Amino acid sequence: MDATLLIAIATMGGLGFIFAGGLAIADKKLRVFEDPKIAQINELLPGANCGGCGYAGCYDFAVNVVSGKALVTGCPVGGEDCAHDIAAVMGVDAGASIKMLPRILCRGGNSEAVKKMVEYYGPLSCSAMAIVSGGDKQCYYGCLGGGDCVEACPFNAMVMNENGLPEVIEELCTGCGNCVKACPRNIIEMHPADRQVFVFCKNQDDPKKAKEVCSVSCMGCGICARKSDGGVVMDNNLAVINYAQFDSSKIPFDKCKTGAIGYLNKNEKVVIEIPVGESTSMEKELA
Amino acid sequence: MKLFTSTKTFQGGVHPAEYKELSENLSFEIMPNPKQVILPLVQHIGKPSNPLVKKGDDVKAGQIIAEADGFISVPIHSSVSGKVKKISTEITPSGFPKDSIIIDAADSNEIELKEPLNPETVAPEEIQQRVKWAGIVGQGGAAFPTFVKITPQPNQNIEAVILNGCECEPYLTRDYRFMIERTEEVIEGLRLIMKSLGVGRGYIGIEDNKPEAIKKLKEAAAKYDNINVEVLVTKYPQGAEKMLIKAILNREVPPGKLPLDVGAVIQNIGTALAIYDAVVKGEPQITAALTVSGYGIKEPKNLIVRVGTPIANVIEYCGGITEDASKVVIGGPMMGVAQFDFSAPVTKATSGILILTKTEENLHEETTCLRCGKCIEVCPIGLIPTKLSRFSQLDRFEDAEAYNITVCMECGTCTFTCPANIPLVQWIRLGKQRVLAMQKERKSA
Repeated sequence: MDATLLIAIATMGGLGFIFAGGLAIADKKLRVFEDPKIAQINELLPGANCGGCGYAGCYDFAVNVVSGKALVTGCPVGGEDCAHDIAAVMGVDAGASIKMLPRILCRGGNSEAVKKMVEYYGPLSCSAMAIVSGGDKQCYYGCLGGGDCVEACPFNAMVMNENGLPEVIEELCTGCGNCVKACPRNIIEMHPADRQVFVFCKNQDDPKKAKEVCSVSCMGCGICARKSDGGVVMDNNLAVINYAQFDSSKIPFDKCKTGAIGYLNKNEKVVIEIPVGESTSMEKELA
Repeated sequence: MKLFTSTKTFQGGVHPAEYKELSENLSFEIMPNPKQVILPLVQHIGKPSNPLVKKGDDVKAGQIIAEADGFISVPIHSSVSGKVKKISTEITPSGFPKDSIIIDAADSNEIELKEPLNPETVAPEEIQQRVKWAGIVGQGGAAFPTFVKITPQPNQNIEAVILNGCECEPYLTRDYRFMIERTEEVIEGLRLIMKSLGVGRGYIGIEDNKPEAIKKLKEAAAKYDNINVEVLVTKYPQGAEKMLIKAILNREVPPGKLPLDVGAVIQNIGTALAIYDAVVKGEPQITAALTVSGYGIKEPKNLIVRVGTPIANVIEYCGGITEDASKVVIGGPMMGVAQFDFSAPVTKATSGILILTKTEENLHEETTCLRCGKCIEVCPIGLIPTKLSRFSQLDRFEDAEAYNITVCMECGTCTFTCPANIPLVQWIRLGKQRVLAMQKERKSA
């Protein structure tokens, strides 16, 4: 055999051994200890990196769970199952978590809200509209219809309907809350999934103006607040539900002329039009 | 042939069609008082003023009806004599409803004046006090309280006061008319500002498309050897503070710094006259001078109106709008705000009302960015508009901050130039607001 070949094999083999030794030493001396739980939890997480938990991504959330800074129930996307699995890894009890869903508290779409006499011409984004005269609707509190929430949703769970209002597809929604942050008018709020009654308006104008700008606005008449025993409070011409004391059987839904306070499912509005006094039976029907 | 030509200018910029011929030869007319005025409590940058009157009070023109709240704020004077109808939220030219005092005007024309002061013997403190009382705000567009700018602060080394007579926005001819009709008073106003700040050097910057005004100002300034009339290249945005300093003093204002930091104070021609009126005539700022122009108005005019006059009244006084009118803008066409409600009032800083037709509006469908780089070429402060607008479209505000989005003065040069009709400045404005909010949050955290 040629000597050159032998020298080459010996040199490469020798180099291989030296580097392998170097790596072996580096592995022992420079090893960074990482809690195996982090990797385990990271595996359990949905991996969408949506940021709904408030951390930079799924891995960052896992690190924070292990270091005790984040709650095991902190991932809104994974929901209850995921929380239980993480709790099992951490050796704690997750408890029961309630699924939260975004609710769009404005029903003033293209057919309800009164438009300005002008056409909007510019970037099609709610936040861009909000800084120039507030878009093309006369209401300064309602949905702008630019679809920033749709764009912000990492799960395609938000769509704009024909009326120019966003709608949540509950099956796809994970409750990460990105849409809430994206809305410049703050009309999207997170609520427990079983909550049914809302005030679908954010308008704080005086009654006359509120009526002028939209056919489904809260005019601030206060009828619901007076009958509610503290379940509804008035804030600047706007009814706001105080869910801690709220009892929907006390609310005279049919007295609300614009239907600003009402049930989430619009079809139930038909049921609402039954005479007062029977509203308790209506409640049973809904349950 | 041009009478004056110049090479003094800044880098970048554009040449929009001027359309000044519509109103440049028309003298100021004084519009009769309206039946009702709407006086927003925010007509300036800073905190809203505090109302001092209530419903049913009788007020006189020139009476203070709202006092300044804090250092950066100004008092508001009633612009007519009459009765306070109510204090309510009304639409303003900014497009947003703000608290306003509404006054029903009586038939009286008298104005409450302060005693006149002699401009030669008046003390700097007296000038500052008078300007503060008169509620003067900058007429250049931003409406910054003027007394703050003309009060010297410790550790400041101001070398020059520059009066801005460029009026680089198309259509507007208000400052031009001021320079021609009140030449002497413009110079006196500049001298008052120089006196208040204790500055020895004054400049008046003016574009070379206004030969008559240049000639008149040069003649009037000849007797003062510390006042120079500087002829500058006609180019938009020559009248922006930083561009003016670059052209006249050849200094650049670093990002995040003010003209003060390079030793200059800029005032508008209209502001200098308001200061002159306050000191020498004892008048508060209750009138606004404005150009009503565009092919959409029947009779273009240069007008002096009472602050608070609804736009509708001004348009009616100018013969109404033509049939093909399609857009109403307050301010110039480059930086002005489009209006949707004619009941919005004229405020202290309103410089013009433009009624444009479809042809002038010249709107086109937005298409894809061609990567031609024209916006980068014309940006007067050397930003990269195409990148900045993309960053704010994609919510990448940290990147936008790193590319100095906050330095943008929203002159609109990039959008004007863009062959793809991308609303660049609109996106940048959005990003700028977000970045500023982000910085504020970081500061408070």
